[in-house]
Amino acid sequence: MSALLEVRHVSKSFGGVSANVDISFDVAQGEILGLLGPNGAGKTSLFNSISGEVTPDKGEILLSGQRISGLGPVACAELGVARTFQVVRSFDSMTVLENVMVGAYSRASGMRAAMAAAIDMIAFCGLEARADRPAHGLSPAEKRRLEVARALATQPKLLLLDEMLTGLTPTEAQSGVQLVRDVRARGVTVIMVEHVMEIVLPLVSRAVVLDLGRVLTIGTPAEIVRNPDVIRAYLGDRYAAA
Amino acid sequence: MNDNSILRRRRRELVVGAVLLVLLIALPLPISDVTTRNIMILTILYAGLSQSWNILGGYCGQISLGHALYFGIGGYVSTLLFVRLGLPPILGMLVGGGVASLCALLVGWPCFRLTGHYYAIATVVVGELGYLLFQNWDFVGGDSGVYVPITANSWVDLQFGKEKLPYYYVMLAFAALTWGVAWWVEGSRLGFAWRAVKDDVIAARSLGVRIFPSKMAAAALSGFLTGMGGAIYAQYVGYIDPDSVLSSPLSILIALPAVLGGVGTLWGPIIGAAVLIPVSELSRSYLGGSGSGVDLMLYGLLIVGVALARPQGLVSLLGWRAKAGGVDVRPA
Repeated sequence: MSALLEVRHVSKSFGGVSANVDISFDVAQGEILGLLGPNGAGKTSLFNSISGEVTPDKGEILLSGQRISGLGPVACAELGVARTFQVVRSFDSMTVLENVMVGAYSRASGMRAAMAAAIDMIAFCGLEARADRPAHGLSPAEKRRLEVARALATQPKLLLLDEMLTGLTPTEAQSGVQLVRDVRARGVTVIMVEHVMEIVLPLVSRAVVLDLGRVLTIGTPAEIVRNPDVIRAYLGDRYAAA
Repeated sequence: MNDNSILRRRRRELVVGAVLLVLLIALPLPISDVTTRNIMILTILYAGLSQSWNILGGYCGQISLGHALYFGIGGYVSTLLFVRLGLPPILGMLVGGGVASLCALLVGWPCFRLTGHYYAIATVVVGELGYLLFQNWDFVGGDSGVYVPITANSWVDLQFGKEKLPYYYVMLAFAALTWGVAWWVEGSRLGFAWRAVKDDVIAARSLGVRIFPSKMAAAALSGFLTGMGGAIYAQYVGYIDPDSVLSSPLSILIALPAVLGGVGTLWGPIIGAAVLIPVSELSRSYLGGSGSGVDLMLYGLLIVGVALARPQGLVSLLGWRAKAGGVDVRPA
């Protein structure tokens, strides 16, 4: 099976602070990959490189064999990378439907086509009842769903979810987990950043753990939780031996 | 879910727009007073100008405080073509709009690298540059301006002598055009891109919206319409100079109706102009003569009052959705 996304030796530093150092991994078509690590590990920086928001200093990123690093966010979106944001960025002067139509217009020609596509995605994300409401009035959980709907409306191959489940109530998080499964069932490959291990690990097929900008380990959930390096990174040295 | 909410709203807007147009066509017929007709003409003109501004400043969120430049260039180009080459203003206004549009692109090229207040300040400076350039440029009449030659009354030359009514309909046609363009923009891919750019640039480009070209398109369209407005204004007043068509207070006056009525809304510029221009003209004729400046104080108070009480603009009083502020004022 060929990899959908290949991250090859990616390094990125900001003003002397290394956010990512020599990061390499592959993501298979149809996979849900977890991107884990403590605060400041470089998860969001890596997302920004994959989505084209920043250009890596070294290394390259390939989508379906085509180089996407350095092309910028618009080209990445056109080639099939979509994302949500850690701090929600809804278009607050628009309704939910209009928000999603912005994404839909990247593929659809004409208002009716964009609207039909947007309505599909809103229904898929369970926001039908909110379609005509202004986006700024949504609850935090609904805003996260709105971002997913908007991103899916661009018909991506790869969806990057940046802490989509963080800060939600357990019920909201559970329905969020179901939404991620549904997204994968549509054939969209998912990379998700999360802090909260117990939510992510049952969901993902593999996880990449970052610490201080470097890849600490890559493996299945079962391998991750037993890895002493992961325990050390999260809990400190005292617990690693236990 | 009501899957046709947007289509239904747009149809309703078209119907309201058509009814309003018919009312405005009939409105001046029973009124023969020249002063009143003059106020009506200016009100309709500013409704159109502010709607043109609204395309860039409202929908796309790029607050331009230099729109007098495009207004002035439209006026100068069409008038000079008329004076020097005999090109009739009905064509001249299209050329004037085109040149203003090119100029808006030229200004946008460096200025759209700035955002927010920095962009607004840059447009003030560029507007002032245009004013100084025309004031010192003999080819375009310099400080003393240009007179529009008087010809026989005709729609081709947009000249009607002392008759006000045809000018009113010229202005109305212009305002209706700008309204129609804004209505089209609201449903188009460009319009959605512009509103996304206004709300959140980073989210917009992650969804494939090209930020810089989107802003340039808004500037070109806005500049074209503003330039057309400048051309018909020149025909109406018969004389233009840098003070009357390129000064920075004019830039503010072009933006104000939209700001007062509701930025980034279809009706805001019309409502804003309907309140602002009559108040400005009437207070000037009744209170301004003594030189005390009471008319300007009244004008300022009105703007401050609206800004405090209705930051979304007067349009939100009517119960229509004030899109720009994102506030749904209808009861939930």
